[in-house]
Amino acid sequence: MQEHDLSYVRMEMVNAQNAPEREKGVTRWLRKNLFATPMDGVLTLIGLLIVAYALPNIIRWAFIDAAWVGPDRSVCSTQSQGGIQPDGWSGACWAFVNAKFSQFMYGRYPVFERWRVNLTAVMFVALLVPLLIPRVPFKAINAIVFFGVFPVVAYFLLVGGSFGLSTVQTSLWGGLLVTMVLSFVAISVSLPFGILLALGRRSKLPVIKMICVVFIETIRGVPLISVLFMASVMLPLFMPAGTTFDRFLRAVIGLSIFASAYMAEVVRGGLQAIPKGQYEGASSLGLGYWQSMGLIVLPQALKLVIPGIVNTFIGLFKDTSLVYIVGMFDLLAIVRQNFSDSNWASPQTPKSGLIFAGLVFWAFCFAMSRYSIYMERRLDTGHKN
Amino acid sequence: MKKFMVGILGGAALSLGATAASAATLDDVKAKGFVQCGVHTGLAGFAAPDDAGDWTGFDVDMCRAVAAAVFGDADAVQYTPTNATERFTALQSGEIDLLARNTTWTLTRDTTLGLTFAGVNYYDGQGFMINQTKLPDINSAMQLSGAAICVQSGTTTELNLADYFAANNMEYNPVVFQGFDETNAAYEAGRCDAYTTDASGLYALRLTLANPDEHVVLPEIISKEPLGPAVRQGDDQWFNIVKWTLYAMIQAEELGITSENLEEMMTSESPEIRRVLGLEDESTIGQGLGLENDWVQAIVREVGNYGEVFDRNIGSGSPLAIARGLNALWTDGGLQYAMPIR
Repeated sequence: MQEHDLSYVRMEMVNAQNAPEREKGVTRWLRKNLFATPMDGVLTLIGLLIVAYALPNIIRWAFIDAAWVGPDRSVCSTQSQGGIQPDGWSGACWAFVNAKFSQFMYGRYPVFERWRVNLTAVMFVALLVPLLIPRVPFKAINAIVFFGVFPVVAYFLLVGGSFGLSTVQTSLWGGLLVTMVLSFVAISVSLPFGILLALGRRSKLPVIKMICVVFIETIRGVPLISVLFMASVMLPLFMPAGTTFDRFLRAVIGLSIFASAYMAEVVRGGLQAIPKGQYEGASSLGLGYWQSMGLIVLPQALKLVIPGIVNTFIGLFKDTSLVYIVGMFDLLAIVRQNFSDSNWASPQTPKSGLIFAGLVFWAFCFAMSRYSIYMERRLDTGHKN
Repeated sequence: MKKFMVGILGGAALSLGATAASAATLDDVKAKGFVQCGVHTGLAGFAAPDDAGDWTGFDVDMCRAVAAAVFGDADAVQYTPTNATERFTALQSGEIDLLARNTTWTLTRDTTLGLTFAGVNYYDGQGFMINQTKLPDINSAMQLSGAAICVQSGTTTELNLADYFAANNMEYNPVVFQGFDETNAAYEAGRCDAYTTDASGLYALRLTLANPDEHVVLPEIISKEPLGPAVRQGDDQWFNIVKWTLYAMIQAEELGITSENLEEMMTSESPEIRRVLGLEDESTIGQGLGLENDWVQAIVREVGNYGEVFDRNIGSGSPLAIARGLNALWTDGGLQYAMPIR
């Protein structure tokens, strides 16, 4: 009996064929994404019209007609406004951003000491990037250095006062430096504290539970701005004359406490989403409280709430702008402060400055958001539908 | 603007503030080596950062003049940017030694906040600006009945506006904003018929308007806004130093002593100039203040006289180009009058 005498078995491969014309390439993409239904088609056309109407103006304003360099307001104002541009001119005043750029980055940090800020920034990036890329080894050491050693080194570098470095008072800090330092401290404090608070709130020990509930509800019940305001206006009055509380410290503490309370609720959401069986399973394996939390519950819970955590981080990053209340000048505040420089006051200055600040904030927030999506996908173990 | 209502905080602060006032500010200042000066967080011409990030402005120069008088070095100043609400507590709590922040001298502030005004370095007043192409027939604030008026919230400006319209039996719609920039943007966008703020603010506003020639300032000035430096109550020596620093700058202008011709003036035969500059034998003009006898020299050399400071920051030498007006010397028909230095 011949083994291969099954006549319905095809003996040679069918050549691969191209997909039908309308199901590939640009045509398919257009059909699928822009013109799937008549309604979609109409919406696409309307959208295109709006873009066609707005985009040339935006490009003209932001690039072609923009004033890129210049010594003062004259390059950003028309002749009737006391400048050199022809009347009717309208363009971005990037010259303002250019002239004030170092202030936007460092605030009033002394010029000759700015290498200390740069060095800190280089260390920050050099430690953060390998921590974020999963392939890079030595994660544990990297994390210890980043969260344990780096803050100490950065403190001595930025504040100074020892190792032959001159002291730079925090009142001179400003711009992106302040935004980054505040966010870094608040973010790295809020996550561990938030987890502890969340566990505390779900604890069966009444005292711990009560403390955590009161803390979280009190902090969440008061607007951040009023806490900062109280710290800056009322606190000095209750101190002996001449005592000054470092404003930056006030802001750091206020922000960290705040972020912790919000983080706790995000983490609690994750803890509650873990089925009871997981807790029971952990118990039946003989794991103690910290083991079952650390090995079974928290890894699942935190993974679930990554969007919430990153959401809190992004909110926090932008909340740092509120420190202008205590007289600190973060990026946004220092941009706005420079609008008052009469050498640069022009109709285009505020728009250009705010757009610059907006772009910087957006870049950071967008990066955080994309990374969180990447992490979600990577950690996804298929429990989702 | 920027004379925000003090409100509850100020009231709560006054009892505490009085106790916080320590005696010898001059000794403290000398011990730390600099004057801690409270300034505005950013006000065109009065206190604003330059391209290098250094503070400049009319109020800033007041701080620098005090530092020059005390140390002979105008750079011996550290600045504390204060907002409208925290400025008084900052002074009361001793966080700052001197408040030069565009602050209006009023009875309530002088008597209940534990501070003392050392003089008036700028006489301001509230005015109106309108778009003349939009409202061609209006040439007086009395014709603004029924108008929508842009104003900053929480300022004495807002109160003055209400007073003025009530006193003249006119109606108006206030269009209220929090900050200078927002108010400007709204006025520029045509959301209101008129804009009201201090005259100095109207000059700053003009710099940010797309068509400044279309806008005119109406002739009425509806309020008195004497702006001056303030110190803690209860330290007469420090109060005297700040007060006489201001007088010295005005006196120097009266006598024609500028930072440029100071060397020349040092050889002057005029007894008054020699006396003011502390060049007389056995001069004692610094003694009563606890300063060196060349303190006026130091102010003029490091900062300049009142006229120079005015021109450089807000007057003809600056983009604001504010006319001297009330701030001219008394000899030129203005109000700036220095008590004699002798």
